[in-house]
Amino acid sequence: MDKQNNKAWLYLIPALIFIGVFMVYPLVDVLIYSFEEGYNSASQTYNGVGGYNYSFVLRDPYFLQAVKNTFILVIITVPLSTGIALLISVGLSSIKPLRNLFQTVYFLPYVTNTLAVGLVFMILFKKTPYSDGLVNLLINWFGGSSVDFIDGPYAAKMFVLCFYTIWVVMPFKILILTSALASVNRDYYNAAKVDGTSPFRIFRRITLPMISPMLFYLIITGFIGAFKAYSDAVALFGTDLNAAGMNTIVGYIYDMLYGNSGGYPSYASAAAIILFIIVLTITCINLIVRRRFVHTK
Amino acid sequence: MKVVLENLTKKFPSKNKKEHSEVVAVNNFSFEIPDGKLVGLLGPSGCGKSTALNLISGLLKPTSGKIFFGDDDVTTIPPENRGVGLVFQSYALYPHLTVRQNIIFPLENLKGKNKLSKEEMNKKALEIAKLVQIDKLMDRKPSELSGGQQQRVAIARALVKIPKVLLLDEPLSNLDARLRLQTREEIRRIQKETGITTVFVTHDQEEAMSISDLIIVMKDGVIQQIGEPQSVYDNPVNLFVAQFLGTPQITVFSGEIKNGGLYIGEDKVLSIITDYSGPVKVGVRPEGYIPAADGALSCNLCRIEVMGRDISVVSSNPLAESEIIRSIISSDNKIDTSSATVRFNLKPSKVHLFRPDNGERIDFSLN
Amino acid sequence: MTNLSNYEKTEKKVSVRKKFFNVIVYTLLSIWGLMVLFPFYWMILSSVKSYSAYSSEFVPKFFTLSPTLENFFDAFTAVPLADYFVNTLIFTVLTTAVMLAVIIPAAFAFARLNFKGKNLLFTLILALMMIPNELVIITNFTTITNLDMRNTFSGLIFPSVMSVFYIYLLRENFAQIPDDLYYAAKVDGTSDFKYMMKVMVPICRPTIITVTILKVIECWNSYVWPRLITDDQNYFLVSNGIQEIRENGFGRENIPAMMAAVVVISIPLIVLFLIFRKKIMEGVARGGTKG
Repeated sequence: MDKQNNKAWLYLIPALIFIGVFMVYPLVDVLIYSFEEGYNSASQTYNGVGGYNYSFVLRDPYFLQAVKNTFILVIITVPLSTGIALLISVGLSSIKPLRNLFQTVYFLPYVTNTLAVGLVFMILFKKTPYSDGLVNLLINWFGGSSVDFIDGPYAAKMFVLCFYTIWVVMPFKILILTSALASVNRDYYNAAKVDGTSPFRIFRRITLPMISPMLFYLIITGFIGAFKAYSDAVALFGTDLNAAGMNTIVGYIYDMLYGNSGGYPSYASAAAIILFIIVLTITCINLIVRRRFVHTK
Repeated sequence: MKVVLENLTKKFPSKNKKEHSEVVAVNNFSFEIPDGKLVGLLGPSGCGKSTALNLISGLLKPTSGKIFFGDDDVTTIPPENRGVGLVFQSYALYPHLTVRQNIIFPLENLKGKNKLSKEEMNKKALEIAKLVQIDKLMDRKPSELSGGQQQRVAIARALVKIPKVLLLDEPLSNLDARLRLQTREEIRRIQKETGITTVFVTHDQEEAMSISDLIIVMKDGVIQQIGEPQSVYDNPVNLFVAQFLGTPQITVFSGEIKNGGLYIGEDKVLSIITDYSGPVKVGVRPEGYIPAADGALSCNLCRIEVMGRDISVVSSNPLAESEIIRSIISSDNKIDTSSATVRFNLKPSKVHLFRPDNGERIDFSLN
Repeated sequence: MTNLSNYEKTEKKVSVRKKFFNVIVYTLLSIWGLMVLFPFYWMILSSVKSYSAYSSEFVPKFFTLSPTLENFFDAFTAVPLADYFVNTLIFTVLTTAVMLAVIIPAAFAFARLNFKGKNLLFTLILALMMIPNELVIITNFTTITNLDMRNTFSGLIFPSVMSVFYIYLLRENFAQIPDDLYYAAKVDGTSDFKYMMKVMVPICRPTIITVTILKVIECWNSYVWPRLITDDQNYFLVSNGIQEIRENGFGRENIPAMMAAVVVISIPLIVLFLIFRKKIMEGVARGGTKG
């Protein structure tokens, strides 16, 4: 027994070292950082301990802008992407020919580099002196006037960011929902059919409750993912997100850490912990709602 | 409601895409189920019995042939308009709904003048729940019920609309042995009380024999024999039916008909009269052996298993197709266990002869 | 007989409704399909237009009659795209390899061996799954900076190795292997290590492949950590490279060359995906998180 005890630790040590050094220690450390006031990264000294970092971050207009952007992004993209994904998945499950082809195509964004394809989106939406860009061309066709989606009005920029975010998260949602739909026992549908249940009622009373665990899983991970949005914004608006007014909370954290406005790990830590608290709160709310609505076995 | 199938055939495209062949799951079915009877559709797995059931329910459309409920041709009617109740092998109880909600579910689909008020639905659900004796479980979820209770809920849900025909797909296969006995009596009782024409599918011959008014034995999509259980058992039309029905299984010997007698090896076991002569397959039911010191058939004794009421004599014979011969005899008989051989006389009514080429039965009379 | 024709009418009605429904479904699906594919088409199209042709199109054209590969030469010569590529390859291969070497024994210990505090430790490690990356990356950044490991492969790789979720995924899979197999191997005198490598790993190959593929995708697309830890172009990965190209390379207007770079960067994973389509989709359904 003892011998096996020792042997087990031998197998665990590499993993434990990695987890300890790069996950557990930083977790403790970030908390400490966030309360160390006036930390100087060059001399690694600080003036005192207190909540100043938090109050600084919470009053920083850049942070408030980032929080606003992030919340708008979350509120728009999570319901919209989940809803569209559900619609598409139900459509996919009801057809046979071409289904594989559609599934393959829909999955493509998952395996592409967010930064790289973001560049394509930027070009599609951007208005330059040489060209109004493709999207503006379409708008002109329908009688609208050109808008610069990348350097223009806030609403237009937010629209592109939401649009691209939805484009990026759809593959995962469609995949999860189609496999959830496929795993519903056919007998339930046959039983309902023999009883003369209308298709709409079958969907509402059987399909939806059956896939509700997966649906809520997607909503929760969707919220978490959207709160951590960053690369999509960088891809569209460049690394200086504060200047573009399109920064996100995560973007703010990294900017505080490194880059033009960087060198303030204390502020970054405080912002990261605020983000963590926001995500935790939203997730808890989600879980409470889930308990009320989701059928579990 | 009487149910009539006329030349019903169902073909499926072969799963192997390279071959463009078709699988004939149900081949030219014709039979009539009299009103109010309980019918067992019996056959080994993969013989097309579930397909046949789904054709009656309307979930599958036949390739050709017709289905009548009473005098109405229902062949093209979608399942919801046929008025069938269907109980699935998996029960298919909606896991997120309570027992009551599950039973009410079909009633909520009624439209127009058939629409029921909430109270009427609850009343009907309770009535049917009482019939299947689950009225005390109405507010539980299916996952909180035992297998047998789930089965009853499934039957209640199928019955609540008072279907013209009740269809059960392997209703007992998910239950343990003790519950199975209990539940099959229960199905029989419910069917008797409601008088609804019922068809159930099973691969378990004992189950089918014990509760059916009529059994239909199938093999490879083709009906082998239809009849009352006892008469099918006593007069199997071919070797397959004889072997499929009865436990322990019928023993088959290679024998020969010559000189007005039936021979197994050198032993003349019966004196018979028949048009046929030459080699035959001889099937002997386990209860067809009478041990006797001067018995006609000699076998090598292996062992004796005492089962209380009966004794099971296990012996062997080189001409038997199976390695051992199991014969059930009354425990009044005494067998000399020290002897290496045991001799039997055969009961003629328990002996069936079949042609070795196509397995068809050969009629004979005793001399 | 009148009954029968009525039934046929309902049948017909049902089939007409079904056809109508199908048309709507296919239209919807095709619209989304176009939305997904169009950026890819545009990216490829722009990459084969010559710079002068592209710049002269005030109204963008949907096709080109004179495709050119010159942009691809530019992509590899004007900016060190090939270096970014090699860096990413090294980073991806090493990170994934180290991860496998670390998590397989750990998952084995949790699934198969007995030791004091096993359940507690496993629970603690699972709890770590809830910790967002953003929280730990700050300290990791300072740690690596203080260790003077900025702009090194070890600085890039080591903090990216660990994925607690994959330990969990593997352990669950390992735990499904019947105990009898282990005891049989023990009776034959097989060592634990040999049992792990010769029995468990081959049996759980599908899961290991899944984990590998997911990690490869993650590495190939990783942006945040490399951006923080490298500012020397010689250590840029493709994501940083593309951002660099966007902001400083080619001159901001040379979009065809930029698109050529984007095409080159996107191809490896798309090819990988088309080859292992089923495996990847299964794997992501079981263990993916992006979204």
